[in-house]
Amino acid sequence: MTAIIHPDSSVDRVAAQTSFRVAKPVRGLSDRAIAWLFVTPTIALLLAINIFPLIWMIRLSFTSLNLSMSYLPMRFVGLDNYIDILTDEDVWYRLQATARFVISTVALQVFIGFGLALLINRQFRSHSFWTTIILLPMMLSPAVVGNFWTLLLQPQIGPFNYVVGLFTGIAPSSFSMTGEVALAPWTIVLVDTWMWAPYVMLICLAGLRSIPDYIYEAAEVDRASHWRQFWSITVPMVMPFLMLAVLFRAIENFKMFDMVNLLTSGGPGSTTELVSITLKRAAFEKWRTGYSSALAIILFVTVFGAANIYVKTLNRVKQR
Amino acid sequence: MTAAKSTAHSIVEASSRVKMFAAAIVILYAVTAIAPLLWIVATAFKSQSDAIAYPPKAVFQPTLEGYVDLFTVRTRQTPDFIASLPPATTWYDKLVRKHDMVIAGPSKVVPRFINSLVVGFGSTFLAVLLGTLSAYAFSRFRIPLADDLLFFILSTRMMPPVAVAIPIYLMYRQLNLTDTWTGMILLYTAVNVSLAVWLLKGFIDEIPREYEEAALVDGYTRLQALRKVVLPQAVTGIAATAIFCLIFSWNEYAFAVLLTSGDAQTMPPFIPFIIGEGGQDWPAVAAATTLFVIPIVLFTILLRRHLLRGITFGAVRK
Repeated sequence: MTAIIHPDSSVDRVAAQTSFRVAKPVRGLSDRAIAWLFVTPTIALLLAINIFPLIWMIRLSFTSLNLSMSYLPMRFVGLDNYIDILTDEDVWYRLQATARFVISTVALQVFIGFGLALLINRQFRSHSFWTTIILLPMMLSPAVVGNFWTLLLQPQIGPFNYVVGLFTGIAPSSFSMTGEVALAPWTIVLVDTWMWAPYVMLICLAGLRSIPDYIYEAAEVDRASHWRQFWSITVPMVMPFLMLAVLFRAIENFKMFDMVNLLTSGGPGSTTELVSITLKRAAFEKWRTGYSSALAIILFVTVFGAANIYVKTLNRVKQR
Repeated sequence: MTAAKSTAHSIVEASSRVKMFAAAIVILYAVTAIAPLLWIVATAFKSQSDAIAYPPKAVFQPTLEGYVDLFTVRTRQTPDFIASLPPATTWYDKLVRKHDMVIAGPSKVVPRFINSLVVGFGSTFLAVLLGTLSAYAFSRFRIPLADDLLFFILSTRMMPPVAVAIPIYLMYRQLNLTDTWTGMILLYTAVNVSLAVWLLKGFIDEIPREYEEAALVDGYTRLQALRKVVLPQAVTGIAATAIFCLIFSWNEYAFAVLLTSGDAQTMPPFIPFIIGEGGQDWPAVAAATTLFVIPIVLFTILLRRHLLRGITFGAVRK
């Protein structure tokens, strides 16, 4: 074997080449074959279960297909479904309700989660035990959570109204958290926050623990006030982590279906009908497949758009 | 350094008064947050009348009626008919007869529970298998467009489940996969594999390449090195990933409610529809919820150290 030694090749380069040669297997499959063999099944599964159906759905979104009237021939209607959706006031109301839900839950969860993380970071005795207790709600099934909160929030027999009554003197049976137009939107925010504030807390806690002590010690030497330290050290250092939590929560809640479907199923009227519930009704109750495919595509685009913007923001924050 | 730590103003160590204040608020929050769950566990041991009592009862005579209701189908009979029956032999027969009821047979809860187990373990096994292979390839080999492929894999998980369910429903109808174990396992595998790839890539990245390279020099093939060197080191990561996949499949509701109706229905869409005479049978629903949640509580405690990784797709490691 002849090796061509380039005049300016450094020792490192020779070493790198050597290790590459040695690492090449003498027998068995080549690395390249293994790489493709290992990655292909995953990609194939995702293409079959996610991408192929998605492409099919894009096609359906230009048709008038209605599964409850499948005897009708499927007609191509061009952009009609999209125009119907985007000019429908109801859809805009559902999107507004969803936006309000996303904004209020994320804001509340950031407030509570960051607050709890700051307190837990004081490392009092038994903090690890209580952290685990606090984390439990987010591990539960959203559907089961939505279901058992309907019991807790029953006006007559539920403990929630009773406890509120004890503290405020309002008669427990005089209001219904899930049955009143004014209260129901807040009820879904409350239950979602109960479930997911721990998520934000856990991520913020990681952020707080990533701040090296010497930065605070230096600030202390410079006699920076605690308030000043909080705003110029803690907040900026935790920000990338917080953005990560906000990104995940906002996308998840934009898609929210399970918990709300069981807690209020969109009611009363359609006050808590988030856009995923509208989609489920169009697709699986009215069986308007063409129309609901178009709505689903619009949701996809929105989710990806939002995700992209957030990922960019995230990178910008990280670079600072 | 030691001098700095001993001063009262060190940031590293909060003063004891601050600590007590922090502990008080955190414990207050934890107790309030866990109360709803405890209420459900308590409701599972209430009688039908205690469960719907006003004001809500915190102290009550515990009974297993809820659990009996959960596992059986009962019919109401006249007291005369019940008196004419041979005496009840089991404790649950006695419990039911007190309310003028007779057990007519087992309920559907056991088959639903088995569905949850089969779909959960089946999809977890497949997702972890595919995930480990892909993660290893992404971690160790130069794959063209690796970043784009990884983003594509993650992006499939971000799709709204209700939207994904529409074409899946149509496709499964054609393939006769609606309401089958195979259909649900494939679907959950597809959702879980993205998490598995991302988490496992993180875990495998942390295993030094030198170990494998040493094995390769010793004449192992890549596959042997993977099996004998990498996998044993990745066991904790694989186990943590498996538990995350299992929790997802166990808890999943949207696909289950839209794509199953009977044969393959899992627990989450089943629990809310445990009906007694006149509406929801709350003690039975609470009993089902309690049994359903116990594995999750155990897993959460087991996973405590890896939780952060799991919920951020491996982005935050600690």
